[in-house]
Amino acid sequence: MNFWIAFWNILKKDIKNYYLKPPNISWGIIFPLSWTLMQFIRTPQAQSISIRELLPGLMGMSILFGTTSMLAVTITFERRGRSFDRLLLAPISMATMVLAKISGAILFGAVIAFSPVFFAAFLIDLSGINWGIVIISILLMAVTSTLLGLAIAVSSKEVFEAQTYSNFFRFPMLFLSGLFLPIEKLPVFLQPISYCLPLTYGTDMLNAAITHTGHMSVCFDFTVLIGFGVLLFYYCQLNIKRKWIL
Amino acid sequence: MGIVSVTNLKKAYGDFTAVDGISFDIEQGEIFGFLGPNGAGKTTTINMLIGLCRPTSGTIFIDGIDGIKDIKKVQSIIGVVPDESNLYDEMDGFDNLCFCASLYGMRKETREKRANELLEWFGLKNAGKRPFRAYSKGMRRKLTIAAGIIHYPKILFLDEPTTGIDVESARQIRSLIMDLKRQGTTVFLTTHYIEDAQRICDRIAFIVNGKIVKSGTVEELMENADHEHIIKLTLNDNANGIKTELQHHFPALRIEVREGNACIISSPERIALSPILQYLDSKGISVFEAREIRPTLEDVFVKVTGIGAGTLHKEKEGGKK
Repeated sequence: MNFWIAFWNILKKDIKNYYLKPPNISWGIIFPLSWTLMQFIRTPQAQSISIRELLPGLMGMSILFGTTSMLAVTITFERRGRSFDRLLLAPISMATMVLAKISGAILFGAVIAFSPVFFAAFLIDLSGINWGIVIISILLMAVTSTLLGLAIAVSSKEVFEAQTYSNFFRFPMLFLSGLFLPIEKLPVFLQPISYCLPLTYGTDMLNAAITHTGHMSVCFDFTVLIGFGVLLFYYCQLNIKRKWIL
Repeated sequence: MGIVSVTNLKKAYGDFTAVDGISFDIEQGEIFGFLGPNGAGKTTTINMLIGLCRPTSGTIFIDGIDGIKDIKKVQSIIGVVPDESNLYDEMDGFDNLCFCASLYGMRKETREKRANELLEWFGLKNAGKRPFRAYSKGMRRKLTIAAGIIHYPKILFLDEPTTGIDVESARQIRSLIMDLKRQGTTVFLTTHYIEDAQRICDRIAFIVNGKIVKSGTVEELMENADHEHIIKLTLNDNANGIKTELQHHFPALRIEVREGNACIISSPERIALSPILQYLDSKGISVFEAREIRPTLEDVFVKVTGIGAGTLHKEKEGGKK
């Protein structure tokens, strides 16, 4: 019972206080939306690719930016004002606290992920999509991206610092995770890096669900993403203990 | 063993030792003051006790619970008021209190009732719906203390509760701390305001450079200082001119001149005033006022720690940076 009371109230507070903070609006909402619209506008001219083929990449990118931006805001704002200490001082486990803090970002990223789908629905026929796999992949991608964001936010003091550090991995991931450029078209020496990134497996799941062009089996993608999630979750807990409980 | 029992507690950051093997016990229901200048190790000690900092060595027991191995259990019975008012700027006073209560698993109705009760008690009822960022420094401090006791803690850790706030708010906070003591709460208080500690603490420990240099009740700490008798005379003339003659005539006394016409006479024995007055009168000097000066805890602190009163005053004026 105590777990749920604390969990729910931390989540509620984060949603209420931070969803509409300027750094989150610019990187978590405006950037993915404008990228999506830009791609949709230029697509009729670029005959070689269809909107449906663009959807997995745009959704993956929206999740990546949505989750990491939100997390950077929720963590660094509270660290700067030292209100984060209240969570560390509460008689709740570190796992509960981390789960509650990442849930706001996961929800935010998942909602933003559907914005390309929303716009696409006005332009193309979306039948034939396996929505079950889409939802699962969105959730798993949101979890792993949020945890990556948390790993970065733990090492940052200011929001702009967290956003800047995040860009060091967000932009390379756009090109290395198969979001817009198939992995097999990347230089051979970069391909192993792609398979070390959780987003690669999420994008593959989305490709399988939306365009039926996944390269790995959905079960394999699912298992790898779960593995990444568990590993990152424990790493983040250890990192918080190491960095913030001196 | 007291409700808080600390033995050989040490915290080192590389070569620098912030807290150097301190030991103390706090009895249930007492206000224990931890006094020292900035950088003495007060906040590091409090952080180790509340679980925000890992000790390098030593033991901590709080209400019989191992404070190092079982910190989450300890955190359920303690309240913490940090040196900065660290509630959420975006939320109003009432929501801040309710949120803090939720971290201790309090149900909605219970936490709302308690939040209203505390807003009333702390004189913040009218500000309950104002965002925390709009609060004055004194109000922020009071709400932070309210948040620290929202879950009825057995022990309250207060880090510099009156630093940087106005006189009236500081007075109210001292009175709130006394009320908490009357309700049976044990209070661990760190401050560099010696007068605050002298007014409200049952026992005090002086910490300097990470070590406790003296501890005891205010009376025990003042015991040696009380052996000194001091009288301040305010003269009608510049006292510098008479100082040497006076010292020569009363060799057993120590004579100092302050502020031009103030003559400070001190002695380990009681001072007989009439011979001095007669002597000054014979020299044509009038005495407007003669006042006994009792040594303060600050005098004891300065004597024990070797830290100049000037340093402490500077810290008080500047507040904690």
